[in-house]
Amino acid sequence: MTTTPAPTLTPPKARRRAVRARSLRPWYRNGSLVAGIVIVGGLILVAVFAPLLTPYSPTTQNLTDVLQGPSAAHWLGTDQFGRDVLTRLIWSTRVDLRIGFMAVLIPFVVGTVLGGLAGYFGGWIDTVVMRLVDIFFAFPFYVMVIALVFVLGAGETSIYLAIAAVSWVSYAKIVRGEILVAKQQDYVMAARLGGFSHLKVLVRHIGPNVLSQAIIYAMSDIVQDIMAIVTLGYLGLGIAPPTAEWGSMIAGGQQFITTQWQQATIPGLAVVVTSLGLSWLGDGLSDLLSPDRRK
Amino acid sequence: MLHRLRFIPGRILQAIPVAIGVTILVFMMSHLLPGNPAVAMLGNHATPAAVAALSKHLGLNQPLWDQYWLFLVHLLHGDLGESITYQQPVFGLVMSAAPVTLSLVLYALVLSLIISVPLAGWAASRPGGVRDLGVRGYTLLGQGMPQFWTGIMLILLLAVRLRLFPVSGYGQTPLDHLYYLFLPALTLAISMCPTIIRSLRASTIQVLGSEYIGTARSKGIGGASLFRVHVLRNAAIPTVSIVGVNLGFLVGGSLIIEQVFAIPGLGSLMINAILSDDFPTIQGVALVVALFVVVVGVLTDIVYTLLDPRVDLANTEAVR
Repeated sequence: MTTTPAPTLTPPKARRRAVRARSLRPWYRNGSLVAGIVIVGGLILVAVFAPLLTPYSPTTQNLTDVLQGPSAAHWLGTDQFGRDVLTRLIWSTRVDLRIGFMAVLIPFVVGTVLGGLAGYFGGWIDTVVMRLVDIFFAFPFYVMVIALVFVLGAGETSIYLAIAAVSWVSYAKIVRGEILVAKQQDYVMAARLGGFSHLKVLVRHIGPNVLSQAIIYAMSDIVQDIMAIVTLGYLGLGIAPPTAEWGSMIAGGQQFITTQWQQATIPGLAVVVTSLGLSWLGDGLSDLLSPDRRK
Repeated sequence: MLHRLRFIPGRILQAIPVAIGVTILVFMMSHLLPGNPAVAMLGNHATPAAVAALSKHLGLNQPLWDQYWLFLVHLLHGDLGESITYQQPVFGLVMSAAPVTLSLVLYALVLSLIISVPLAGWAASRPGGVRDLGVRGYTLLGQGMPQFWTGIMLILLLAVRLRLFPVSGYGQTPLDHLYYLFLPALTLAISMCPTIIRSLRASTIQVLGSEYIGTARSKGIGGASLFRVHVLRNAAIPTVSIVGVNLGFLVGGSLIIEQVFAIPGLGSLMINAILSDDFPTIQGVALVVALFVVVVGVLTDIVYTLLDPRVDLANTEAVR
């Protein structure tokens, strides 16, 4: 870094042109968006057509074929109960993706509404909401999720509720911040002066302008939720055993790490690919939805 | 200098309602449990006499508000209840496990900085270059890997295959701890670094473009001393608050990683408590960890102010 010249600042005009070029660029020319769509779309297809993709059952035990290495019949080998690892990997996509996508819905709505009210009306509503945010924010994600899953009892509903209790906070913070900025804009004043009610201004005018940031964040939130589900599965607190799920597959494979390393490795790679796809999708969406924000 | 620290009492005052909120939330957890909290807390040991005694101790026949008050009074006396599995006060269990977790978190933080600072500087020296792309690829991947899986992969590579590090455990002497905790700390660092690198890279690029760096260069300062004295000190400031905010993330992650490496910290305490239906211990760990995060938040703001003379939290309306 000694010889490189200081990077010159992009002049505003060129910058604006670059921004416009990016926003006018057709969506299919956007590399990360396309990569994200291909990966996430592919995973969704795998999840939907799981039963057609493999001849084996993900749950039926076959105790004569336990812990086999990769072969023509079982491309990734079999686990300690003789189940085909590839089949379980494919069926896991259903569980992990479904829960990951569903889990963002409640926090998205709750956080957006609370953050929106706090930012738009300010005053005591803002104080109350932001104090709540501070309180929930004090609990590290996993501490809260694990404690709540315990309190609410195991099962999918508890996972949704536990994740919702933790992650609404981020949406509330993002939307509140966006609204504080949007509130100052002329178009909001114009709408209010035009005689529109607060509700109408919030929903019709501010809403579309601030939601894009929440949607972009939702992509990384899905990643976080999938991590949570996989982690809970690994700890034995998630989806109950016979169901194929990446986290519990890794936990099962860890016991045989010295002899069958692929059993713990491959489900983790599936998580990595999924989160890469979602991150790229998020990046691409952020180019598409708010081109002026990029760097 | 000192006048800028006037905000500290106010910042602490602001943290108090948050801390109280944390205690309310943890208190309410026992009422979310199905059935009578005393029965749930006693688990297998729920004899009628024990239930009656615990109900009286928790004030379960009193209004909710009085129960909370009692919970708070107990808390101030260091009484977090009795662990079902260990038949010991939870407070003692938490206090003996906390230093282990704390040292793991600090170790991970040190490793994160050792890895992040050069990588961020390296990436920022030529944005868009090959090294930058490599570092950004790592930040993308690092956040996409489940922490516990990263840990297992490190065990597989460095402990099982290369036999450089122990597979699990904590060791006996402080030197042992340093050796045993290396892999778990590295695991946490790998998932923490992307956040730090991203912030540090962006601020370094900004600093490198500023006029005073041009001035320093024209005075003939270059190399490591330019980076250390002129670039890093300024670029690090926004990163301090990022690190502060993410310390909670590190604590949460360490709870999981302890389980992977069988380290006797708060995480193992909490997860084992969950597997054995030991609610008072879960409650105790959650409470202590959350209060720790609140304190770290206050400390971060103080450090931030000390580092950056331009920050004057005493004169801003909203501290956050």
